[in-house]
Amino acid sequence: MANEVCFKNHHLDKPWTLQAYQSTGGYDVWKKILNKKTQADEIISELKTSCLRGRGGAGFPTGLKWSFMPRNAPGEKYIVCNSDEGEPGTFKDRDILRYNPHALIEGMAIAGYTMGASVGYNYIRGEFWEPYEHFETAVKEARAAGLLGKNILGSGIDFELYTHLGGGAYICGEETALLESIEGKKGQPRFKPPFPASYGLFGRPTTINNTETLASIPSILQNGGKWFLEIGKPNNGGAKLFSVSGHVNKPGNYEVPLGTPFAELLEMAGGMRDGNKIKAVIPGGSSTPMLPGDVMMDVNMDYDSIAKAGSMLGAGSVIVMDEKTCIVKALARISYFYYEESCGQCTPCREGTGWLSRVVNRIENGAGRPEDIDLLLDVSKKIEGRTICGLGDAAAMPVSGAIKHFRDEFQYHVDHKKCMVSAA
Amino acid sequence: MTLSSKDAQTLSATQSPAQSKKAKAANSKLDLLSQNVCAEIDQWLAKYPADWSISASMPALRIVQDSNGGYLTTDLMDAIAEYLDVPAISIYEVATFYSMYELKPVGRHKICVCTNISCMLCGSDEIVSHLKSKLGIGFGEMTGDGKFSLKEVECLAACGGAPMMQIGREYYENLTTEKVDEILNKLA
Ligand SMILES: Cc1cc2nc3c(=O)[nH]c(=O)nc-3n(C[C@H](O)[C@H](O)[C@H](O)COP(=O)(O)O)c2cc1C
Ligand code: FES
Repeated sequence: MANEVCFKNHHLDKPWTLQAYQSTGGYDVWKKILNKKTQADEIISELKTSCLRGRGGAGFPTGLKWSFMPRNAPGEKYIVCNSDEGEPGTFKDRDILRYNPHALIEGMAIAGYTMGASVGYNYIRGEFWEPYEHFETAVKEARAAGLLGKNILGSGIDFELYTHLGGGAYICGEETALLESIEGKKGQPRFKPPFPASYGLFGRPTTINNTETLASIPSILQNGGKWFLEIGKPNNGGAKLFSVSGHVNKPGNYEVPLGTPFAELLEMAGGMRDGNKIKAVIPGGSSTPMLPGDVMMDVNMDYDSIAKAGSMLGAGSVIVMDEKTCIVKALARISYFYYEESCGQCTPCREGTGWLSRVVNRIENGAGRPEDIDLLLDVSKKIEGRTICGLGDAAAMPVSGAIKHFRDEFQYHVDHKKCMVSAA
Repeated sequence: MTLSSKDAQTLSATQSPAQSKKAKAANSKLDLLSQNVCAEIDQWLAKYPADWSISASMPALRIVQDSNGGYLTTDLMDAIAEYLDVPAISIYEVATFYSMYELKPVGRHKICVCTNISCMLCGSDEIVSHLKSKLGIGFGEMTGDGKFSLKEVECLAACGGAPMMQIGREYYENLTTEKVDEILNKLA
């Protein structure tokens, strides 16, 4: 089965309208919660049953995260949605904003109710003008229908929702950099602890979730946590959007159950382009280690299976590379990205990403030295785990992953000052 | 905070510089912000807690940049700082940190081409060299007539439509060199 959660209205005409959303039970859950004043614990326990794990990349269990919020603490608390979507290979949240914005709005309102927050912000990357407009229109519709605002449907519950637009900075996808950015500052991640649940936006308790995570909430509560869990597999509940790009015939977003074999996903994406053979796959966005194609052909698309195969599901961003791809060139582009986007706060990341980028680049350009491959591994190891946020790891992991599986290609570049692929 | 520059000048005439920071308004740059721009910034200010006017720095920079042909000047950034009642340095910091703010003139159409991994796998190199030779400019440059400028950008989350570019607020996906020609020809 496909398209059961965030894409369940995909087949409808103008699926982004309030009318379309309501035609499949949209906002029923929200109304029921308001009406029955459902206990927060009940909602959280349903989410725990569902095994919904954060769709932003880290895969943290959402029910558990929500339970960390001091819902009864006095004063303002915030729900923040992360629609920064900057990890190369990821393009799913854009489609949720464009085609199913009401699911996100309902999910955020429920999150606010559950965690005692009456204000939410959706942080949308600044380049996303069309998605931003779709989302804003939906917020207006919801407000006009009395589903957002003060004393919603006479329940005494308030929830206001605002958009903040980014300015072009990958690092703002990191949740504490994102908070800094809403506070109108440079996006430099905060040191933790304190965690956002105690000291978040404007110094108040805050929970940050990814767009897809929040947009999945209404369906889960509509059909029950068990329903969601059983779409996927134990510890990997539900369906997930996979953004498939690269050398496939039909790149795009596919919502399939977690645990779907990669081979099936590849087939849905039209198979390999030009009848070429598959060489490597980056399974979860550019920060996750690439795996050889034949390994991937035996892997299922869920958090645990991909971890077992030596990589990460990340945000479900599947980048497919065929036999004509130069792995060194691919890595050079990825390493340049992390170098370009490091915020510069931590020395290992600021300096290390520059080293990685320069050294991979010189190997690619035929100026590699015999010691360079080990130098790359050494630098990666010295970045990993030594930075305030995950960008350092994100820069290091693809390097060690590519060398682990394709060392011979790097060696060939160093020895012959040219590419193995184009030489063949 | 939202003193009109006229009010501010009257104030500064009656107070010594040491008495109040309002005295700064003697050389106020607030006049650089049109009424429309201020009204638009106010809409964003309303989204944040009252003592967090700094939160509006990013929308303010974008609004002002758009109203100034696509780029910011130091004077404009100073005016924003004054309008939001925050130190100018915090506005400079934001303007220099984020990639969408431009600190020198750009073309009427700013062409942002993604060269990141999925776009590269699908032929962004060819799109880039086509654009460079067609326009006769490199990344970070502007055509002599001020019509186009070219910028290399990181993944814009449209990798399913790779290779892609953004011009103004529009995304253009599944590019070929012919499609690029068509798109550019249609732009005034
Ligand atoms: C460098 C970096 C970039 C990130 N970019 C994003 C992003 O674009 N979108 C996102 O949802 N999460 C991103 N994350 C993960 C967030 O920090 C955070 O874990 C996530 O938004 C939490 O939501 P979830 O639990 O629903 O996944 C990024 C993390 C790091 C370290
Ligand atoms: S790699 Fe170009 S849009 Fe993602």
